[in-house]
Amino acid sequence: MSRIDERSTAGKPLPVGEHLRLLIVGAGPAGLAAALEAARRGVEVVLVDEHPVDSALMGLDVPFHFGQRMSGATRNKTRMMEAIAASDDRIAEAFEAGVDVRLGVSAWGLFSPKPGLRWLNRPIVGLSDGESSWYASFDAAILATGRRDIGLAFPGWELPGVMGVTAAQTLLQRYDALESQRIVILGSGAEATSFAEAAVAAGRTVVAMVEVADAPRDPEGCEILAAQGVSILTGAMVARATGGADGVEGVELNGTEGRHLSCDTVVLAIGTAPVIELFDVAGAEIAFMATRGGHVPLTDTEGRTSIAGLFAAGDCAGINGDKTADSKISAEEGRRAAVAACGELESGSRAPWKVISVDGTATDDVEASRSAWIEAAMTVADTETHICQCEEVSIPDLLGVRPPRYLPRDQAPMLARDLSSLANDGLVHQDQIKRLTRAGMGPCQGRRCREQVSAVLAQATGTPLAKLPLPSYRAPVRPLPLSAFAEDLEPGVVSDNWEGWFGISGQWDPFWTLSEGASAEERS
Amino acid sequence: MNATNGTKGASVIIVGGGVSGLSSAWWLARAGVDVMVIEKGIVGWGASGRNGGGATHHQSPLFLEEQRLWPQMDELLRYPTEFQPKRIRIALSDQQVEEFKIGVDNTRGQGFPAEWLDPKQVRDLVPLAGNNVVGGVYYERGGHANPQRTVQAYAWALQDLGGRILQHTAVTGFQRRGGKVAAVETNAGVFSCDTLILAAGPQTGRLSALLDSEVPVTAARAEMIVTEPLPLMPIGGVDGNHLYGRQTLRGNLAYGGGPHEWLRPEDDAVAVRPSSPLARNVAKRLAELFPKAAHIRVIRSWAGVIENTPDGRPVIDRLPTAANAIVATMSSVGFGLSPATGRAISQLVIDGRCDFADLSSFRLSRFGNLSPDWREERGWLPPQTEDDDARAA
Repeated sequence: MSRIDERSTAGKPLPVGEHLRLLIVGAGPAGLAAALEAARRGVEVVLVDEHPVDSALMGLDVPFHFGQRMSGATRNKTRMMEAIAASDDRIAEAFEAGVDVRLGVSAWGLFSPKPGLRWLNRPIVGLSDGESSWYASFDAAILATGRRDIGLAFPGWELPGVMGVTAAQTLLQRYDALESQRIVILGSGAEATSFAEAAVAAGRTVVAMVEVADAPRDPEGCEILAAQGVSILTGAMVARATGGADGVEGVELNGTEGRHLSCDTVVLAIGTAPVIELFDVAGAEIAFMATRGGHVPLTDTEGRTSIAGLFAAGDCAGINGDKTADSKISAEEGRRAAVAACGELESGSRAPWKVISVDGTATDDVEASRSAWIEAAMTVADTETHICQCEEVSIPDLLGVRPPRYLPRDQAPMLARDLSSLANDGLVHQDQIKRLTRAGMGPCQGRRCREQVSAVLAQATGTPLAKLPLPSYRAPVRPLPLSAFAEDLEPGVVSDNWEGWFGISGQWDPFWTLSEGASAEERS
Repeated sequence: MNATNGTKGASVIIVGGGVSGLSSAWWLARAGVDVMVIEKGIVGWGASGRNGGGATHHQSPLFLEEQRLWPQMDELLRYPTEFQPKRIRIALSDQQVEEFKIGVDNTRGQGFPAEWLDPKQVRDLVPLAGNNVVGGVYYERGGHANPQRTVQAYAWALQDLGGRILQHTAVTGFQRRGGKVAAVETNAGVFSCDTLILAAGPQTGRLSALLDSEVPVTAARAEMIVTEPLPLMPIGGVDGNHLYGRQTLRGNLAYGGGPHEWLRPEDDAVAVRPSSPLARNVAKRLAELFPKAAHIRVIRSWAGVIENTPDGRPVIDRLPTAANAIVATMSSVGFGLSPATGRAISQLVIDGRCDFADLSSFRLSRFGNLSPDWREERGWLPPQTEDDDARAA
């Protein structure tokens, strides 16, 4: 019988605040459909949704690129709680069906037993209401974490009023708190047209849709918008956004003879990315699929991931034009995942896992569209255009693998180093570029720059996006104050045995006290 | 481009592109030796690029050299390491004050100053400290650097001197002739060498076993958390309250500590480094250490895999079964000492001995009578899992 190293995780209890039969993360179409289906089958469901998000977090562009265009109403949490609850009838339906719906609760971590974490005897989720954090274990979980915005750096894109389409749509439809009045939209795909239609319907003016490609990506949607007076500008790119302290006042276009458009908001709808943070943090298998909007967890037809009991449904499992245009597709994915999860809960066994491979159509190819946008951005960006706003990293900084501004940057050896010299040593990893340039290391946790940096690396090194390794996600996947994140239920056995380092007896004894050549066995 | 480019092999081959291996290679290249580093992934991808960045190791025979070299490293390497001098340790209890004594004695014993601080002095030097401070220690020497930047600095500086680095290249075996290592076999071909240095971190045990002198090491996972940036404190190298870490030059607080998890020998050290739920216990202690930063947001965590020898001390020695092979593991304390470690190893290669430090406590022979069950005896094993229970049943 071996002894236990008291300084290791072995034998340490983990304070788990609650156990959940079925956890669902995200109260969008997929999550709500899943919750209703599971409730109908008599399974106890806890449905968490991070909205309404604290307005201070919105100010950091978390979880979407809000671009400071949320109204003052977002500071009133009670009012926002009501707005979110009222934004979708199925939330009330879920309440009535007995689902434990928790709004304003984020899932910031997901941990599953595996090498390095054998300490855990079951998967757990980290939850927070912004004031405190806790752990919950669960028998099954369906993540319906949706999509988020991807950024595009052009001069002036850091101005208030430049925002992402997911943020704009969420503020408009879930919070009823979008300040924007005159909107220019970059992009012409389904996410762009569905937001434009909603904005027009809500009395906002959509000045123009600006598309870098020569033809609209959602021609039918654009045709409807054009009939409503929206200019559809193809083969175009925003050369710069101009404005002042209150944000954007207009944009200049290139490719259309320097045309100026007056607006208070620029919505980036050049694409969106599946929100896969928790899958990656948990260690689920992930792959880049151009037809599913980028990196997605590998799933079977019912949404099972590589981790037993963990399911993916809705946009986080893959985004395409059809899903964007019709939320019923996501809802059906949610329902199907719930049926499968409930089946596993009832039988106590997991069905064999058969991963579905590539699906979708070539028109949904994000590889092509992201490349086209980033190439356009690279032609308009200057040295002061920060692709990573948090850490002020420009495209030339990325290409030159330049150190951050607080370090000397113009020493000869450093100037001789760049992305291609790094690529000579082997396939470039975005985490390596992050370490060296700090791109993606800021408080927005890389949300605004992650896909742009990938696209720049792909373009500059001639590597397809699909071949670049996924830069890692890290818990907590939402920025949480130390005071809210701190463990407040630490077991005594953890406190009593806590050491700064390994706690190996004699490790810090001065070398001169050790007899020469003595074995550790003899000394002890 | 270097003169030996294109040839298969080098005078000295170093297996492992972490700080110890890269520093050794760089010092050798400075002395004009033809060197090649073989790394199975990307340089510094293991614990070398994922640690607290501390450079205050008074227990080590390499301490004096560590302190002498760090202030020069940016200039010597010609790339920034973000080295910052000085270290403050804060105690939040009388017991923590007591624990600092060994460090104070060790430091003073080697001729460096170490100054006890009262709570007010701590608060004057550390703006984020609070009323819970009981005492502290100020080390004039010591400090911290950015591990990720330093690793790349070594690698680039090495290349600037003509040294070669083969990334994404895994060692599969060794060819031996006449009691020496003649060549290193990899998935990218066979590379001949006059001298071999094994500095492969958690892989050191497995690779040395291929040469019939297994260096006893076992690996564990440990983690750190990082906050959003704060205005710079006058001294960034502040730790205590059973945490290690620093305020980075960018302003982030990066701290770790607490329970580690031992891995199985067959675990892939690159793959098994998830952050754990214990990140919250680190946050609890960090909020205690810096009460005035309690509102600051945690924005990420990371984990690294670190190897230890049975007594937690380094091995830098020749392998008894291969006369031209040197093995180096720093037993979980490698980053800060790396400038000195590399110089010591380069001297072992070139001169046969180190002229600035007594390396006798690093000998491999001290484990000569090690029990085969040394891991079990220390409890250096992963937590039991249900699979284990099922296997046992």
